[in-house]
Amino acid sequence: MIGIEIEAVSHGYRARAGAGMVALDNINLSIPANQFHALLGPSGCGKSTLLFLIGGFQTLQQGRIRTARGAVTGPGPDRGIVFQNFALFPWKTVMENVRYGLEKKGVRGAEAEQRAKHFIDLVHLTGFERSYPSQLSGGMQQRAAIARTLAIDPDILLMDEPFGALDAQTRRIMQEELLSIWRATQKTVVFVTHDVAEAVFLADEISVMSARPGRISRRVQADFNRSSDKNVHKRADFAEMVETVWEMVRSEVDEARGH
Amino acid sequence: MRALLAYLPLAIVALLWEATSRLGLISAHVLPSFSAVIEALWQLARGGDLLANGEASLGRSLLGFGLALACGTALGAGMALVPWVRSAVDPIVQIFYPLPKSALIPLVLVWFGIGDASKVFLVFLGCLLPMILSTYNGLRGVDPLLGWSARSLGASRLEVIAEVLFPAALPQLLTGVRTTIAFMFLLMVASELVIASNGLGFMIGSFGDQGSYAEMFAVILLVTALGFLADRGFLLLSDRLLRWRA
Repeated sequence: MIGIEIEAVSHGYRARAGAGMVALDNINLSIPANQFHALLGPSGCGKSTLLFLIGGFQTLQQGRIRTARGAVTGPGPDRGIVFQNFALFPWKTVMENVRYGLEKKGVRGAEAEQRAKHFIDLVHLTGFERSYPSQLSGGMQQRAAIARTLAIDPDILLMDEPFGALDAQTRRIMQEELLSIWRATQKTVVFVTHDVAEAVFLADEISVMSARPGRISRRVQADFNRSSDKNVHKRADFAEMVETVWEMVRSEVDEARGH
Repeated sequence: MRALLAYLPLAIVALLWEATSRLGLISAHVLPSFSAVIEALWQLARGGDLLANGEASLGRSLLGFGLALACGTALGAGMALVPWVRSAVDPIVQIFYPLPKSALIPLVLVWFGIGDASKVFLVFLGCLLPMILSTYNGLRGVDPLLGWSARSLGASRLEVIAEVLFPAALPQLLTGVRTTIAFMFLLMVASELVIASNGLGFMIGSFGDQGSYAEMFAVILLVTALGFLADRGFLLLSDRLLRWRA
């Protein structure tokens, strides 16, 4: 079953001086349903732009993006998104944030409360239902944002460096929790990151992107996310793969710098 | 107790004021003593003059303020959300922004006469621009990712405006309203000083002309107190509405 089909997608931004900047150049990518797919690359390689195009937040200039529900023409609750800076509604409590999407789906009252509670518990925010985002730590805010997105039960989960703003320990815990949620819910995940070890740890497949113009230069398969080994990070084959992928990213960065 | 202590400097100013007059440092004719001003305030209040004129002033000011609040919010939102509204309204706002609205008082007198309409219009005009600008800037400053989040959670474009943009811009909107309240008092007094047959501004002007300085200071004191209370009350309301902020 297809998760996401990206065909010949190019995208540019108009620069100040008139000459356009090509953010994405002829991207072709097929992501099977339920795959955990990482978009890895240096900053400025267009990985977030690609994610926003899948989300339908930016207008497609060239090419096509399809999901199992058809062509992407705008944002929709079949594609949930989690941003690096959480983008929670600061005037709503955790409960109200998580309920928002449910209410848009027509789920109301006690049922909305119950469903929201389930996802708040799932991300370990039990007891913080009545807290406002400003009262929570960064890690807790991101948990709330993930619960809010999971609550609408999207087919596809788009994540834009979701753990980039968190400290190292919190990030590791969140990665493990994300994997267990993904295993339990089996969604197609597109995960944007510039952290090589994060991509190797989480993904079934990694697309390594090059910068200016943004292209997919390599595709790498991984399977550490299937492992029940708690110490995957310490394994030699894990370190080896991180090194291999890191070399690919480095060669892209060097090339972009003109070495 | 602490809150009261914060206003201790005011009490000191009142004492110094009283002392200056009592010691004859400044002629009591030019600067009546604080106690004389309070006495005048009491007499004016007892006679019912203050209430009648205060009602007239606040009635027309609040009308102008309310109209400006409604029109300013609508125009500011239009500018923030609809490109052609921005193109149409922005140059007008830019030109009129630096103009002191009190400069229009003589012209407004010709247009609207000395009735309530001229004051309502002046207060409206003075309050309109700060409302337009704070609404415009507030809505434009909202993190676009909040709107994207709402859209991907299933909200329509209109729902994003009502349920995300306005609540997210509320802090700036309320700051704008607070500034606008200050403009309301300013234009209320300024317009009544020039064109009115009643109102607090009119009282200040006519007591001044008569040389009844104690009464004049009494009304100035009252306007100051009203402005202060309105501002404090509005701050309390803002804090309640913005409880979600850290």
